[in-house]
This record gives sequence, structure tokens and C-alpha cells, in this order.
Amino acid sequence: MSEIVEPKTAREVADKLADANARGRLVSPRGGGSKLDWGNPPARTDVVVSTAALNRVVEHAWADMTVTVEAGCTVARLQETLAQHGQRLAIDVLWPERATIGGILATNDSGVLRLRFGSLRDLVIGMTVALPDGTLAMSGGKVVKNVAGYDLPKLMTGALGTLGVITQAVFRLHPIPHHTRTLTAQLPNAEAAQKLMIAIQDSQLAHSALQFRTDASSVDVLLEGTEAGIQAQQATLATMAAFTEGSATSWNARQELWPAETIAKISVLPSQIAETLQQLNPTRAVMQATGIGHVTLTGDPAAARHIVEVKGGSLVLLTPSSIDAWGNPGDALPVMRAVKQQFDPNAILNRGRYVGGL
Amino acid sequence: MTAVSSQLLDEFRAVLGERGLISSPAELRTYECDGLTNFRVAPIAVLLPTSTAEVQDVVRICHRERIPFVARGSGTGLSGGALPIAGGVVISLARMKRILDVDFANQRVVVEPGVINLEVTGRVAPNNYFYAPDPSSQSVCTIGGNVAENSGGAHCLKYGFTTTHVLAMEVVLPNGDVVNLGSNALDAPGYDLSGVFVGAEGTLGIATKVTLRIVKRPEQIQTLLAAFPTANEAGTAVSGIIAAGIVPAAIEMMDSLSIQAAEAAVHANYPMCGGLLLVELDGPTAEVEALMAQVNKICTDHGASEIRVAQSEGERMVVWKGRKAAFAAMGRISPNYIVQDGVIPRTALPEVLDEIERMSRETGLRVANVFHAGDGNLHPLVLYDRRIEGQEHAAEKFSEAILQLCIDKGGSITGEHGVGEEKKHMMPKMYAEPDLETMQRVRCAFDPLHLSNPTKVFPRPRLCGEAPGEYKPHPLEQAGIAERF
Repeated sequence: MSEIVEPKTAREVADKLADANARGRLVSPRGGGSKLDWGNPPARTDVVVSTAALNRVVEHAWADMTVTVEAGCTVARLQETLAQHGQRLAIDVLWPERATIGGILATNDSGVLRLRFGSLRDLVIGMTVALPDGTLAMSGGKVVKNVAGYDLPKLMTGALGTLGVITQAVFRLHPIPHHTRTLTAQLPNAEAAQKLMIAIQDSQLAHSALQFRTDASSVDVLLEGTEAGIQAQQATLATMAAFTEGSATSWNARQELWPAETIAKISVLPSQIAETLQQLNPTRAVMQATGIGHVTLTGDPAAARHIVEVKGGSLVLLTPSSIDAWGNPGDALPVMRAVKQQFDPNAILNRGRYVGGL
Repeated sequence: MTAVSSQLLDEFRAVLGERGLISSPAELRTYECDGLTNFRVAPIAVLLPTSTAEVQDVVRICHRERIPFVARGSGTGLSGGALPIAGGVVISLARMKRILDVDFANQRVVVEPGVINLEVTGRVAPNNYFYAPDPSSQSVCTIGGNVAENSGGAHCLKYGFTTTHVLAMEVVLPNGDVVNLGSNALDAPGYDLSGVFVGAEGTLGIATKVTLRIVKRPEQIQTLLAAFPTANEAGTAVSGIIAAGIVPAAIEMMDSLSIQAAEAAVHANYPMCGGLLLVELDGPTAEVEALMAQVNKICTDHGASEIRVAQSEGERMVVWKGRKAAFAAMGRISPNYIVQDGVIPRTALPEVLDEIERMSRETGLRVANVFHAGDGNLHPLVLYDRRIEGQEHAAEKFSEAILQLCIDKGGSITGEHGVGEEKKHMMPKMYAEPDLETMQRVRCAFDPLHLSNPTKVFPRPRLCGEAPGEYKPHPLEQAGIAERF
């Protein structure tokens, strides 16, 4: 049985890690627990360090369009707070009611809005992290533009808690748009969908999201802004395909893939989307115009991964599997190992859960 | 020239050829400094490789001989990032300037590090694309330098910085290994090493190939000039624009001294006033027109005495030319000046401007303020006359006091120029010791021997945990040329 600790301060998180480190106990950090089966199963978990008690929105500097928030705060609660001043963290993640800030950062989760606003690495501007040796370190800051020192927030984003435990983060924010509209067009196949998405990307439209859903064989476009701007763009889109007003629920398609036996996140070039889908033949797929997609698979995941990796892409399994969750880590793995060695030399954090056995 | 170092030069020459090596004292002088000219160090040689393999070969020699190296692009950096290290070499990427691939369907361009920033846009402009990061030096600075400094520019408010636009890199590590960071497809599994490499100021290795994201040019770009009686009033108008939920492509502010200087230099036809705002909106025409009407009203409501919207692309270019020339234009109104680069939370602007004005009265030195108002990046230019004894020192102290002010307001000591040599002593004022120590763990992972641009960014190098092997005297040290660094 693993021990569960709920530190009440960042300092306490660092102390718990130092204690575990000194006693050779292996630690798994935990936020809302919505993505615990992402990555490989950890070698062992002696201590679960939960961020549940670190859940404050510390400061919403709305006039500066930034927010400082503790790692255990759920995404939904953060968004509610920000909405009081007409702002948002411009990212749509899975299960926002349960997912925490620390959790989405550790897993680098992102949805359809990244097309326009970037992923978390483009939105996070500061971070506090507790390390296994008891160090509590801050990097970045509270201002959007800052090049003083190394960008550790980016290094920690997507590291799945294998370098340290995120205790607090600072984000840049965006306004909630005054108007939004979802437009949907039926396409005969993935090839036509890819062609349309590339044409829209190559246009001068300022859409916020663009995706292809295989179950409905439809392409969805999200427009945000002024009513005049949306109407003009709607008219342009009408010349490109038979778009009709769609439902905002289309954007939940990724989350609706769950539950399924095998779900994977794939990433290819936008020009490889149709070919990839044709070769993978997934039960369902939700592909963004960025080339990132989520698919449900039947059959051998290793063969599916091979199809994607040959194209220079990646396939990461998000459901428990008999094969490694990550796939080819590339030729920089030795550097990744060296980084891990510097931050967590005894490998107490999520041991074995990450890329390349880290 | 001692026997040992000439043997070393021969070895570099064997890799690079005669044209690839500069070692005569007269020619080396060009490389003694970058855009920060008050620091000067002569390198033992300048190496000019033309390929990744050549970079790899010379870095391997440096690694074997424990010779520190500094990568250099066009040398336009303003914080001494490309300042040579005593006893070290400069590796100039100026000859690696090919655009290797342009892929419009996937909106990607692959370039060598010596490619000039503006050339990327030049290459993709016929298809209506552009490369978004636009530092004021964009007509001369290189992509490699932009990667090292994580360069921004006026339009990063909307489009993001260099780091937002770098998808992948081929990098020569300080031990000579070549690795690929990031990937052509997004979200490659593993640590975001590309994210930490960009902006590391050349301390983690040398980028030899960079995959950049390009952006479709917006349908409409409109630039508005609004003249306010004071900079503070211009500042409240910026707050009004942000509060209305508008994210312009750029918001720039200039005070009366900056306007004077820019006018003298490029005749941008700016209205004379205490605080000039330049607001640029871009996007679909209908969207831009609707928002521009709002911005116009907000500026009027906040006391703008004159509002103009550039009526043609030519007019718009002139408006920007004035802004981008503002630093260099200071020479028109002052014999000498220091360019500062600090960041504050935008809302602290009124207090910060008041405090700068107070310090200006106290020291008797004039300050011109140029400000990326949307993201709080302040460029105060402290004007002085070197010929007057004590004034240079007073100006340096003043400029540094402004940085302290930025830190006190919760800001940063640099928004885009980097820490380099110039500001490393300010790092402990912004970060606590554990913060700096933690950053240097990354340094140790990439460069345990501290060979790649050592002595920059951090005031005190951290000893890296793993034993770097037995200490071996540097050949130049043996020859009595260099002290141990």
C-alpha cells in the first residue's frame, strides 16, 4: 500500500520529496487523477504526493492578463474565476472538472484551441517546482515577456512529473470572445477533409480551431470575435465547402473517444493526415489541422506506431497497453537522461513511467 | 604565436580551409564585441564553418582541448551574448546561410542558422506568408542569434516569440554530438529540450539547422497613431484597449524625446506629444474594421488629441520605420546613450514612469522611453555625454536603477535582449539562489565542462555533479597565454 500525503504548502511538497528521496521511497505525484494511466505503469509507488490541498487561485491580475494559480486547482474552477473578468486560459483540455493545473502541465494536454493560441508551453510564463532534493525553485515570472534565465516552465511541461513536482504556475491569458460560431461541413472522405483543412489554413481566415471527425466525416471550424468579423468569414467559408451552422458540442469529440480499449494520440504533418488515417484505419479519429489527433484503435498498436513513426510522426498510447506508451524518443535521449540525472538522480519520481524508461 | 596554439590553428585550418579561419590580430578586432560595445575581449581565433559536420569537427577539437567557444551570428546582440571568452574561439555561423526547405502545405521552413531573419519572410512573401518574430534588427540579425536570444519584436504581443515559432532544431552539443531537438510533427515524446534550448543564449550548444513555423499574412493590417498629452494618459488608453478584450498585433508607445529623435532621423511625420501610441490590428478586414472603430473610440475617450490611421501601406511602413529606428536615432539628440531592456507588469507603467522621471531630475540625465506597451517591455534610453567626466558612470548607474525598479514591480531584467555578460550580476536580484542553481542543472546536463559560452547568463557557474575527468591543463594555459577560466 502506498502512503498518500497532501502537503498544504509548496515548501511541504519539497520536504516530502526530500524525505522520500533520503529513504529511497518512490513517489508518484497526483493531481485530479484523471490521467493516471497515461505513460507506462511506474515501477513502484511508495508515496503519492497529492496536490489536492494546493488549490488556490493566488492572483488574477486581470488588467495585466496573467494569473498565478496553485497546481491542485482544477481547470474548471480556474476558468470560472477568470471568466469573472471576461478572460480565459486559452486551452481546452480533457475533463476540465477533474483535471488540475499541475496535471495538464505535466501531461502537456491540449485541445483544438492550440491551433490559434498555442499549447501550454506557449501560455505558461512562470512556474514553481519542488525537486527530490528538497529544493523549491521558481523560474520565469509574472510578465509575458521575459528572457532572463532558462525557460524551465517549458522543460517541466510534458515531463509527466519525472523532474519535479509543479506546485504553482503563472499563465498569460486571453479575452473570452464576444461571439463564437461553429461551422460544419460534410466531406466524402479523409482526403477531401485534409484538402479542405489545408486550404483553410492557407487562407486569410482567423479561425480558432479546425478539426476533422471521422465518425461524422465532417470538418468543423470555430470562429471567434466580432459579429461582423464572423459573418464575413462565414461567407468566405461558404465558398470553400458546404458549411452550415454546427454545434459547439462538436468540440467535445476528442473527449468522447473515452472509454475505449485502445486510445492513442498521434502527431503527423498536416499533409499526412489522410494517408495516416487510411493506413491506420482507426475505429474513430478526431484530427486537428495541426496534425495532432486522437484515435481509437483495434489491432496491434506496435504496427500502428510503425505506420506513424515511418512518417516522422509519433503515436503515444493513452490507455494501458502491452507495449511502451511512448515510442521512439529520438536521438536526444542521452540528453534527456542527463537532465533527469541532474534533477532526480535517484529516479524516485514516477520511475519508469516516462519516455525511454525514464 | 606559440607552437602549441599554432598547431591548434593548423588543426582548425585543416577542417575549415584557409577561408574558414581568422587569426590575425587586426581581423580579430571585428569580433571583439557584439552590439554591446563597452565589453571587449579578443578571441584566439574565429572559425567560420560551412556545414554541420564542420561545426561538429571544430567543437570536438574544442572539447578535447577544453577550449571555450562562443557562437556568433551577425553580432547585433545587445547584452554581450556573443562577447568572446578570453582564451577561447568564436564560431561564426555567417557562412551557413542557406534556406534548405520551404513547405507551404505544412507552413514550415528549414534554415541554416546564418540566415537573416528578414530573408525568411522575403522567401515566403510571394505566397503571402511571413516569419512573425521581428526584432528591430531583423534586416541584419540571424535566425541562429534569434534562437539563442529568443528574440521578440513589436508583434510578439499577438504572435509570440522565437520559441513559439521554432519547431525543431539540429544541434551540435558541447561534446560534439549532433542531436535533433523537437520534431517536424508537433509534440514529439520526451522533454521539451527545444523549449529550453531557445533563449539559453548559446550556453547549451550550437543550432546548425532550424525548422521554423511561418504564418499566413492577414487579410488586413491597420495602424493607428494616437497622440496623448502625457505617457500616463497613453498608458490608460492601453489598459482600456486590453479591458475591452482586444488583442492588437502590436501596441507601441513613445515619449516626446523618442518622437523627436525618430522625427530627426526618418521624418515619420509623428504628431509631437507627451505620449504617442501606435496600435496595429490585423486579421480579416471586417474584424479589423470593427475593432479599429472601438480602439479609435477608446483613445478619444482617454484624451487623445489627435488620431490618425495610416492610409496606405507606404504610410504604414513609414510609421514603423520611425519606431524601429528609435534607438539608433538617439544619436541625433545625444552624443551617447544606453539602451535598457526591462519588463514590468503593464499596469505598473504610471508609477514606473514617474519614478524614472524623478531619477532623471535627480541625476540631471535625460531619458527617452520606447515601450512595447502591450506586454510591458520597457526600453528606456539613458542619454549622456561621455566627454563630461563622470556622466557615463552616472548613466550606467541610472540604467541599472531602472532594472531594479522593474524587479521591484514584479517584472524582469530583460524582455528580449538577453542576460549575456551585461546583466548576469542582476540575476541574483531577480531570482533566489535555488532558482539559479536549478537552471544550471540543465546547463550541467548539456555542457558539464562549461565550454559553450561559459561565464554568460549566470553570475557563478555551478560545479556539475559528475566528475569531468582528470584536470588537464589547457594548451594555451601551458603556453602562458590564458588563465584557467
